[in-house]
Amino acid sequence: MEKKITIEPVTRVEGHGKVTIHIDNDGEIVQSRLHIVEFRGFERFVQGRPYWEAPVLVQRLCGICPVSHHLAAAKALDVIVGAGTGDGLTPTGEKMRRLMHYGQTFQSHVLHFFHLVSPDLLFGVDGDPAIRNIIGVAKKFPDLAVQGVMMRKFGQEIIKATAGKKIHGTGAIPGGINKHLTQEEKDSFLNGPDPLNIDKMISWAQDAVEFLKDFQAKNKDFIDGFASFPSSHLSLVRKDGALDLYHGVLRAIDADGKRILNDVDYQDYLKYIGEGVKNWSYMKFPYLVEFGKEDGWYRVGPLARLNVCDFIPTPLAQKEFEIFRAYTNGKPNHMSMHYHWARLIEVLHSAEMMKELLNDPDLMKGELVTKGTKQSEGVGLIEAPRGTLFHHYAINEHDQLTMANLIVSTTNNNEPMNLAVNHVAKQYMTGQKKITEGMMNAVEVAIRAYDPCLSCATHALGQMPLEVVLVDGKEKIIDRKKR
Amino acid sequence: MSTKTLIYGYGNPGRQDDGLGNAFVDKFEEWIKIQGLQGFDFDSNYQLNIEDAEAINDKDLVIFVDASTEDIKDFVLTPVSESSRVAFTTHAATPGFIVKLCADIFGKKPAAYLLHIKGYKWDFAEGISENALINLNLALDDMKKKIMDTESLIHSFNTISYSENK
Repeated sequence: MEKKITIEPVTRVEGHGKVTIHIDNDGEIVQSRLHIVEFRGFERFVQGRPYWEAPVLVQRLCGICPVSHHLAAAKALDVIVGAGTGDGLTPTGEKMRRLMHYGQTFQSHVLHFFHLVSPDLLFGVDGDPAIRNIIGVAKKFPDLAVQGVMMRKFGQEIIKATAGKKIHGTGAIPGGINKHLTQEEKDSFLNGPDPLNIDKMISWAQDAVEFLKDFQAKNKDFIDGFASFPSSHLSLVRKDGALDLYHGVLRAIDADGKRILNDVDYQDYLKYIGEGVKNWSYMKFPYLVEFGKEDGWYRVGPLARLNVCDFIPTPLAQKEFEIFRAYTNGKPNHMSMHYHWARLIEVLHSAEMMKELLNDPDLMKGELVTKGTKQSEGVGLIEAPRGTLFHHYAINEHDQLTMANLIVSTTNNNEPMNLAVNHVAKQYMTGQKKITEGMMNAVEVAIRAYDPCLSCATHALGQMPLEVVLVDGKEKIIDRKKR
Repeated sequence: MSTKTLIYGYGNPGRQDDGLGNAFVDKFEEWIKIQGLQGFDFDSNYQLNIEDAEAINDKDLVIFVDASTEDIKDFVLTPVSESSRVAFTTHAATPGFIVKLCADIFGKKPAAYLLHIKGYKWDFAEGISENALINLNLALDDMKKKIMDTESLIHSFNTISYSENK
């Protein structure tokens, strides 16, 4: 009879998850799944609320990426208040939001790498779990731990200066922003005492990229071969093809690099993106409509972004981008562990972008808000740290929200995460009779590469039943539970 | 030299009573200002995170404030022991984890307490529930008395820590 191995919880990912691995009598992997057992009723919850509340309300989704939801909602409402899409704001409005967003990306990526990933790299997948954590890093590599803490703090301070406060920030409002950056804030970020200044952040970001490249060079088999499989990739890019985490057009490439979604306006995302439902998960499975549910899935996030864009518009990150792309001879990079490499290049890019923006006089003066003719519907997209984030709202004549649809970054990576789990399960568990800590962690390492935030990836109470089915080697259902 | 104290509330105020820690900080900061007391810093966030190790490293006393689902009467103030236990997610970093990280990175740590305040409702909504508000006010009244003698709190913490380590 088929046996089911359950690893729950998946440690060091945001939220809750469960993985089941089905094996037959010979120890062969039959199927592996990442189950999402937590759900949110958020899309229903916002209905009936005044639309201008959305950028603050959506931050209730999650304490990990509130800024991403704040900005995506604000961008959707820009359309509704007639301020157009991302490039319709005043220079001050757009640049302040960009600073907020790059601060968020910087601190989120740093937290993920230093807190969640570095223990796996420094102590090995099979390392003693008692030390394979940030406390272990702090003891053995204190300088690295300090860097992680201070870089995260810098990003958080940028968010506070632009969003107004750490919790339920109010900075982004429909049509713009509600504050300028002060001279004191600007001076502090540019010229604050070490290490809390932007030049130190750039320097440390470069060190982090070097650390990862060095690790990859010494551990090629692991970094290149672990959960590596071909896929399509999707991301926003600037109209000229540059990496742009805040605004742009939607582009996708296939596994060979051929463009399969050609810089389309994301206001029309429903023409191109569908959401499949599977009865074993609350989390939906997005896909490119043209290619169908089975073949239309794609990756998002740092790896996808660096595969999809043509160049990075900051010099130090561009140099690293060229090395990254050269490693696969300019072809798409499908190695899951290279998410970490791409993520650290984005840390460097975010630091460079913050410096560029902090030196821009528009942040301290100028009009904050753009107004126009009200629309009944709007879509906002940003490249959140974990990938493309979609917010779509409609309002009625009383300015109340009547519809909300969110496709969060982690949901976009649902299929690839499941494939990564299956790939690693086959690699590490086939023929094995005993489950070791290292083998279990290998599955989790595969999931962590995608930096999932499961707590905000599931939503819509009551629409997606959860069913648990236990199947033996002859496909006979021996147990079933549904709710 | 005056005592440097940080009052740090955490939780999501968009999830009803989960915002008890944040609400405590708002009210307590207001009271401290009215009293004209010096040496206090205040902070609020959705959850504790690694950078908080830096935020507490130069403090003599830290009071973490969080909502509690535990079976307690109204509120409890407990000393924080260092903990190497890595939380399931960063949503759930504990005060003990932050104190441990602070000690390992910066080579020092403050006296630290966790004030748990019992909550009852956790839905998507603003505002503290009626019963939790009662607990919040009781906790505020108690802390207003205790905070007048921060040296005592530090001494008690050190005494407890010493006896635990013996």
